[in-house]
Amino acid sequence: MSVDAWLLAEAPSSRRQARLGEAYRAWLAFRRKPLAMVGLVTILALLAVAAAAPLLATHSPIAQDLAARLLPPGTAGHLLGTDELGRDIWSRLVYGARITLVIVTMVVVLVAPLGLLVGCVAGYAGGWLDSTLMRVTDIFLAFPRLILALAFVAAIGPGIENAIIAIAITAWPPYARLARAETITIRESDFIAAARLQGASAARIVVRQVMPLCLSSVIVRVTLDMAGIILTAAGLGFLGLGAQPPAPEWGAMISSGRSYILDQWWVATMPGIAICVVSLGFNLLGDGLRDVLDPKQR
Amino acid sequence: MIEAEDLTVSFGRVAALRGVSFHVERGGSFGLVGESGSGKTTVLRVVAGLIPDWGGRLSLAGETVLARSPRRFHRRLQMVFQDPYGSLHPRHTVDRILAEPLAIHRLPDPERRIARALDDVGLGPAFRFRYPHQLSGGQRQRVAIARALVLEPEILLLDEPTSALDVSVQAEILKLLVRLKVERGLTTVLVSHNLAVVAMLCDRIAVMREGVVVEETSVSALREERVSHPYTRQLLAASRGYDPALARRDL
Repeated sequence: MSVDAWLLAEAPSSRRQARLGEAYRAWLAFRRKPLAMVGLVTILALLAVAAAAPLLATHSPIAQDLAARLLPPGTAGHLLGTDELGRDIWSRLVYGARITLVIVTMVVVLVAPLGLLVGCVAGYAGGWLDSTLMRVTDIFLAFPRLILALAFVAAIGPGIENAIIAIAITAWPPYARLARAETITIRESDFIAAARLQGASAARIVVRQVMPLCLSSVIVRVTLDMAGIILTAAGLGFLGLGAQPPAPEWGAMISSGRSYILDQWWVATMPGIAICVVSLGFNLLGDGLRDVLDPKQR
Repeated sequence: MIEAEDLTVSFGRVAALRGVSFHVERGGSFGLVGESGSGKTTVLRVVAGLIPDWGGRLSLAGETVLARSPRRFHRRLQMVFQDPYGSLHPRHTVDRILAEPLAIHRLPDPERRIARALDDVGLGPAFRFRYPHQLSGGQRQRVAIARALVLEPEILLLDEPTSALDVSVQAEILKLLVRLKVERGLTTVLVSHNLAVVAMLCDRIAVMREGVVVEETSVSALREERVSHPYTRQLLAASRGYDPALARRDL
């Protein structure tokens, strides 16, 4: 029997076969969506660039060469030109991919589970727990995100790690709101009643019954937020509270290129394009994932 | 097996149950009939422990039911819901739906139990890794029945188990329930507005209206139309179908 036939068997004989077959079907469905594939390829390319940065970079990302400052794109040896300190923009972008990936992954790892947990618990429990958690969420939502992140960074000190924590702290409330709204719509459904009747604890119901249903909207929201996360990190970098110079963080590169935008457009534009492409990639990927994660949509 | 005395439930200012008493002996099958809003499903949910605030006394197998019941209580009592489209988790496979209660109660040998549960309700192993949306209404209800029985309960509560199904499928599900009831010696409480369904599955019935039991009788008495309350007679007449002469007279 071929691997294909084994994976797509109508009646899998074991749980492992069923799970692998499920994953394979999801992949087949995903492959049929051209836009989702574009997103996947973009993100894979980002990963590859980040991994192979030393090989792809033509210069050191931090080496300054004041004799060759603000060279336009296409100058011999500098594919995308140089910035105000004569650093090669291509090399900085390539190394910056690492920083971007770290920021994005860390924020997602911190934010999505926290928001999901708070929202699902509040929505399922109701009563005073719901009120307490939602008022806390409201307090966080009431502050502009960047200002709150600023306050946190100011309190715990500048640096990329602290910027990540600050962004995470300010980014979870919308996720909690979203998850809570979804939870409330499914809380009274019969399959939850059936789980309660089986003797499932509240924690078990939240984790195993409620969360899988809230996950898809959270995934979409995360991918939509990706651009905002990168830009918030950039904003903190600009204020000297995020990535510290000379780290080639994309947002910080835009900030420093701002002063030259009229005469040397490429300094700010190149990292801008990079952020744009990566954000779009995450968006397309997330959209495809949402459809694929829901077995009904396939 | 089930002793209910003077059950009362209010939702806000609406009294859903206004003192309902009944008892079901071990292995018996009890039917609750009545129109929509008569409180019959509420009775079932109180017995299942799905309604937190209620008054009265309730005991199952000699044990008094309290507001918070221990986990072992759940092994003795399970329920099949009315809507098979809403009672199965949309993202769980049949396998996971059946494995979940076994995992909660840490029962040994889940593999064999799941296979047997599927077999018992007439679904082969081919259905094991399907999602609910890949099944028909009748198949879903079979999965719901398998889920209820996988814990080997003594009491099975049935909340209009066939009303959301196609007529031809209804008969199959009813036959399945009758067979399982006999095989396992289950004590059942069935809620329905369909007297024919109740007659097939139950030996005693209570007719409910506006939160009270208006008449309790046996199915044989019902068949012979030996009923006293006018509302029961109305129900009987309605179950025979639409009779223009009767409708005119009632008007």
